[in-house]
This record gives sequence, structure tokens and C-alpha cells, in this order.
Amino acid sequence: MSDLSFDIAHLLAGGLVLISLLMLYQDRLTALINVFAAQAVTLSLSVAWQAYVQQAPHLYVTAVIALAFKALAIPVALHRIIKRLGIHREIDQVVGVGPTMLAGIGLVALALVVMLGVTSEADRLAREDLAFALSVVLLGLLMMITRRNAVGLVVGFMSLENGLVLAAAGAKGMPLVVEISVAFSVLVAFIVIGVFLFRIRERFETVDVAALDRFRGGQG
Amino acid sequence: MTPLQILLAGAGALLGLAPAVVALGRSPGARALTYGGALTLCGLTGAVALLSLLGLASPTGDAVLPLGLPWVGARFHLDALSAAFLVVVNLGGAVASFYALGYGRHETEPQRVQPFYLAFLAGMNLVVLAADAFSFLIAWEVMSLASWALVVARHREAGNVRAGYVYLLMASFGALSLLLAFGLLAGPQGAYAFDAMRAHRAAGAVAALVLALAILGAGSKAGLVPLHVWLPLAHPAAPSHVSALMSGVMTKVAVYAFIRIVFDLAGPPDWWWSLPVLVLGGATTVMGVLQALMQQDLKRVLAFSTVENVGVVFIGLGLALAFRAAQLPAAAALSMTAALFHVFNHAAFKSLLFFGAGAVQEATGERDIERLGGLIQRMPQTALAFLGGSLAISALPPLNGFVSEWLTFQAILMSPRLEAWALKLLVPAVGALMALSAALAAACFVRVFGIVFLGRPRSAAAGGARETDLFCRTALLALAGICLVVGVLPGFVIDALAPAAEAAVGGRLPAQVSQPWLSIVPIAESRSSYNGILVLAFIAGSAGMCAAAIHQFASRQTRRGPAWDCGAPDPSPATQYTAASFAQPIRRVFATTLLAAREDVDMPQPGELRASRFQATIGDPIWRTLYAPIAWSVDLAAERLNRLQFLTIRLYLSLVFFALIGLLLVLALWT
Repeated sequence: MSDLSFDIAHLLAGGLVLISLLMLYQDRLTALINVFAAQAVTLSLSVAWQAYVQQAPHLYVTAVIALAFKALAIPVALHRIIKRLGIHREIDQVVGVGPTMLAGIGLVALALVVMLGVTSEADRLAREDLAFALSVVLLGLLMMITRRNAVGLVVGFMSLENGLVLAAAGAKGMPLVVEISVAFSVLVAFIVIGVFLFRIRERFETVDVAALDRFRGGQG
Repeated sequence: MTPLQILLAGAGALLGLAPAVVALGRSPGARALTYGGALTLCGLTGAVALLSLLGLASPTGDAVLPLGLPWVGARFHLDALSAAFLVVVNLGGAVASFYALGYGRHETEPQRVQPFYLAFLAGMNLVVLAADAFSFLIAWEVMSLASWALVVARHREAGNVRAGYVYLLMASFGALSLLLAFGLLAGPQGAYAFDAMRAHRAAGAVAALVLALAILGAGSKAGLVPLHVWLPLAHPAAPSHVSALMSGVMTKVAVYAFIRIVFDLAGPPDWWWSLPVLVLGGATTVMGVLQALMQQDLKRVLAFSTVENVGVVFIGLGLALAFRAAQLPAAAALSMTAALFHVFNHAAFKSLLFFGAGAVQEATGERDIERLGGLIQRMPQTALAFLGGSLAISALPPLNGFVSEWLTFQAILMSPRLEAWALKLLVPAVGALMALSAALAAACFVRVFGIVFLGRPRSAAAGGARETDLFCRTALLALAGICLVVGVLPGFVIDALAPAAEAAVGGRLPAQVSQPWLSIVPIAESRSSYNGILVLAFIAGSAGMCAAAIHQFASRQTRRGPAWDCGAPDPSPATQYTAASFAQPIRRVFATTLLAAREDVDMPQPGELRASRFQATIGDPIWRTLYAPIAWSVDLAAERLNRLQFLTIRLYLSLVFFALIGLLLVLALWT
């Protein structure tokens, strides 16, 4: 593999991590969804580049799926949802931006240490790819626990899933079936959670998950 | 078909009948199908097992069915040991089914009993036939769960649900112990077939652990003290024919599991293996019979008496372990034969006694012996059979219970030949415990028979009792007949059990049937011998002569004398001797320390008009010291962990997140 192709793969995967960190920083839902769309575009570029480098045409399908569903369909739908719910201007953070960012940086470092330590025999590209993918997964999880709003949870979950697709694309010979099933499972989860949001809205006049906790007798 | 195939087909047919019975539901046809089918199948399989035990059919066989774990399959094996236990299981099953043909008519919700009854019988058969750990445990669980369902069949009666709960907990615990024992025996290669376990023996600490787990697993099912707590709750809760099977047969299947694991699979024993078995056996006999003496519930008395008899069996097994480790095959064979003989005997007379208790309960609606009495006039045949069972369980000659306990004592008397000093001292002590428990058992059954069947009725229900139906009476008298015949002619049984004992300990007793006058001579003529025919003839002769002499010489003249209370009794039945008063001396002597028995007298002050009160209470130190702390800590842990059920969504996600981070940190720091 030439240095150039490695550098480009590195750049795109690194970009994915960078955008994940950007997502942590967003405290408004509209901006958050836009950044998520940008991450999905980066993911699709990254997967397409992997398809080109590995000469695996089926990965182009994955790239197209990522672009169509995650970069277009889901963000558009989420924008509509938050407009209909009237929460597009709400500020949604539990932990402050500063600590969250510090934690995110720590997670990226942890992911790199773990992955580079474990995969010392794998080839260079796959190592970097897996390290970045784990970072994205961890950042997605971090976002899920620092958001109060259910839409934030959904976006965090899908960002996590972007990391999985990145890892799948980086590993040579991963069959397409898996990617499609993963993508569809995310889509299904999105639909389910979407329906769930509207149910919450009907009952509690809010999509704040704290309302659920109060309903169950917790302190929120 | 080979015998093993017939036996497997019989067990399979029992299982297959269950859905048919479910389909028939509550109709009387379902009862006839259940118990008639079970009677036929148990009779058939029992006969086949008996033939192969006697060597008339091929005594061994192997079968592998394509079920279960793919690399093991479901293996089944027939040898003399399993044949002996199959005879016990199917004799018990057949008689219980016959009894239930009549008794089952009283069942209010038969659809809760019949399918599980069939599955229970099939499970017990399959446990005894299984030859790999997987099929063994599956069959064991079928047996446990089916019997649990039978225990809670009458779940609306007070206490039965709790009995079922305690039973389920103990059964799970026992199954877990057996699972771990098999896991240790299988070794790292996962060789779950019994053949493979025999091929590479466990040794040292692993063997000790296997022994401990086998005691816990089989002992909890058999009712060894202190694992017996479920037994007196669960056995009385089930319908009486099921109680008979659980007490008479299922505990024996547990004994089989112990023999199979410890004698067969775990390999040649060390001398100290016998220590825990002997100590637990001795403690079990005494605690069981003492508890039995204190109880008022008829079926509970019988259940505790089962605990006692299991102790006797385990004493025999412990002696067999000790003698086998000391390379004394004849003594080991004697102990093992005594244990197996007692297994058979207890199955016979305990089934008989439970059937009798069931007949009494159906006739009077009472299980509290303080509210019974005088039943010998109203149920003479039941009373006769129950008397036979009581004599047998009290180990009186010429009945069968005497022979097996006598053989056990003969084995105990061989203990000076042992080399280990610990055993030289322990075995006589265990023998003393067993002698004490035999005497207490006799007291216990004098109390039961005397209060239930003699005297005057203590309640209206007992006064209006009617003799039970023909099926029940036939089953009762048949078992009483077995007790008598086996007691008079024990040599045949000992010879039939010889191959089973040989399979377990590698030695065999000399053939008994060829002894002159059908005596039994377990070791040598000079040491001891017993002739049942002679004893029977002596008892019959002396009793007959006494009766004749009284009839001949006693005066029929009417005599007049001053009235005293025994001549003109107070008509109230409360003036009779009661079960509690009969047990009082023993309660004061033994139970004050062992069972924390207390007597409280509340005497009114002079001038007060209220009645004085006397209250006797029985505690259960084992429950208080062993089980209550466990239950308390489980409750505490459950209460603490319960908070995890009420966290927010974000906290749950955080838990996952931090667990993941923690694991990754470990990975990062480790490498």
C-alpha cells in the first residue's frame, strides 16, 4: 500500500474522531444533527476510500448506504422531529462542555493505547483504523450518557454505530451482509426510538428522559 | 430386544403417556390410563430389571441415543447396581400405581397430579439407567421438577407453597452440586460419559471435592442431616401415593447417585472418605427419629422417619467405604449388602406406611394424630397392614427391617479389623447412635400405632371412619406380605443383591440360599447367624400356646368387684393417653438440647379464674443456626441490589460505559 493511500485513510478516520469530538461540544440539537450528518459523510468517504484501496467493490454499497441513510435520510427526519416537538432551540447538556471534552480526549488516548497495544501484529492500516473506530465508539457512548434529551441519545447511538461501520470497513474481507444488517438494525432502532419519542410527548409533554424517571418513581 | 432396550422403552412410554393424560384432562379415563399404564409399565420394567439382576436375562447392556451433547450422545447402561435400584423404583412405582387406582378417586384436581406422576416415574427410571453426566442430570431434573409439581399440586392448602419453595431451592442446590461433581470428574477434556470418567480417576484434592459435592448433592435429595429441611415439608404436602414414592423411592435414587459417583466413578476410596459419611449418617438417624417422635402430623412423622432410615443406609455406605479402603472385600460386601437391603426394605415399608396414612386421611380427613384413635375397629385391614409396617420399620424380627439393620450391626462389629484408629473409635460410636435410633424408632411407631389405631376416637371424624377401598387394601396387604416374606427368607434377597454389591465394592458375600435351613450367615457360622423361619416359628408357636393356654385355663365366670376408673372410664376421649404425653419423657431427655424443646407452664395465681396453660414447643436448631443466616444474607443482598432496578436511563448507560472503560483500562495496563 502506498503512503498516499494510507495517509488519506488515516486522514478520513482521524476526521471521524475529530467530528465525534465536535459532536460532544454541540449543545443545541440542530447543530448536533448537522454535525452528525457531516460525520456520516466522512464515514461514507472513508468507507469508499477503503473500497478503492482494498479493491472491494461491495464496500461502495456500504458507502452509499451510509451516505443515503445516515447523512441524508436520518438527519432530515430528526430535524423534522425536533421541529414538530418544538425543541430545536433547546440546550441539552448534563455535564459541562469542558469536562466532557477532557473526558473525550482521555477516551481517545485510552482507545489508542489499547488498540495499538493489542494489534501489534496486524497491518498498519487496520491498526490505525481499529484504534480510531474504538475512539468513535467510546465517544458515542460518552455522548449518550452526557445528554439529557432523547434525541441526543439517538444521535449518540448512531455515532457509536458509525464507529462500528468504520471498524468493519477497515477489516479486510468483512462480508457486506453484516454491514447491511448493522445499518438496518440502526434504522430500526431509530424508528423505534422515534415512535417512543412521540409516545413520551403525548404523555408527558416533553422528550426529556427525566420525565420517564419521575414516572417510574426515581429522583431524576 | 435386550433388557436395556425394554427398560428404556418403558421409561419412554411413561413419558409418552403424560401428554395423552394431559389431553384427557379431568375425565375418569385419565385416572385409569395414568395409573393402569404406570402399573403395567412399572411392572414390566421391574420384572425385566429383576430378571437381569438374577442373571436370567442379559445382566448388562449399553445404548447410545442420538440426543443430548453431540460428542457424548445420550448414553444408557444397565448393570447389576442399576438393576437393583430399578427393581426398587419399579416395585414402588407399581404398588403406588395400584394403590392410586383406588386412592386417586379422592383427588380433587387430578389433572395437576397425573401427568407429573408419570414424568416422575420416568425420571427416576432414567436417572438409574443414565451412563453420562448430561443424561443423568437431565433425568435428575425431570425427577426433581416433576416431584416439585406434585408437592405443589394442592397449592391452596396452607404451607404447601412454602414446602414447594424450600424443596425447589434445595433441589436446585443439590443439582448444582452434582453438576460440579460431574464437572470435576470429567476433567479438563470434558469427558462426560461415565466410561471416560472411570478411565481417568480423580485423585487427591479433586477426589475429596468430588466426595464433598456428592454428599451435598445426593445427600440433599436423600435427606441427610443437615440437608434434610425440605423433606419433612415436601413429602407430606404431596398426595399420599406420591409421598410414598418420594419417601420410599426418590430418596433411594439419591442413594444410587451417591453410590454411582463415590464408589464407581470417583475411584478407589481413601480411608478418611468414610468419616464424613459415617458421622452424617449417625447424626441423621438420631435427629430424624427424634424429630419423628415429636411430630403430631402423621405424614410428617413418616417423613422424619425416612430421614432416620436414610441415615441407616448411609451408615452402611460409610462402612462399605471404610472396609473397601482397608482392603477387606468381604466386610465391604456385607456393609454394601446391608445398605442395599435396607434401601429395598425401606422402600417397601415406608410406602406401606404412607399408603396407610393416606387411607386414614381419606377416611377421617385428619392427619393430626391427636385427633385420631380407635381406627382398628373401623379400619381393621388397614390397621393390620399398618401394624406390619410399624413392626418392620421398628426392626423387629421376623420382618424385613430387622434383617437389614442386623446386617448393618454385623458390619459395625467388624470394625476392629480396620486399621485407622479414628475409624476404630468412630464406628462403635456410630453403632451406638444407630442402636439408640432403632430403639427410638420403635418408641415412635408404638406411639403412632397406639394413638392412631388403638384407644377411643379423639374426634367425630375418627369415630365415623370407614374401611378404605379394595385397591388400597390390596396394595397395603401386598406390601405387608412382602415385608414378612423378605424378613423370613432374607437369603434370597441377599443373594440377589450380591452382584450389585460386587459391582460397587468388588467383593461378595457367600451364597446364602445354600445354607442349611435357609439361615443367613454373613461372615461365619461361629460369629453370627439368623434364621427367619425359626424366629417366625418360635413367635407363632409361643403366641399360639399362650392363646391356647388362656382359652383353656382362664375362667369365663363373671366376677364382681369395686368400681375404679379403668372399669368405669370417663367417656371423654380427652382422658386417654395422648401422643404428646407419650413423647414427653423422650422430649425431656433428648430434645431439650438437640431440638431446643421448651415447656412453659402458665399457672394462674390463687384466686384467678382463668385456666392454667401448659405449652410445649419444639425448635429447630439446624434451621436457626444454618439456614436462617443464609436466608438473612440473601435477603439483605437482594434488598441492596434491588436499588439497581430503579436507576435512571442515563445511569444505566453510565454503568455500561464505566464497566467498558474499566475493562479497557485493565487491558491497557495489563499488556
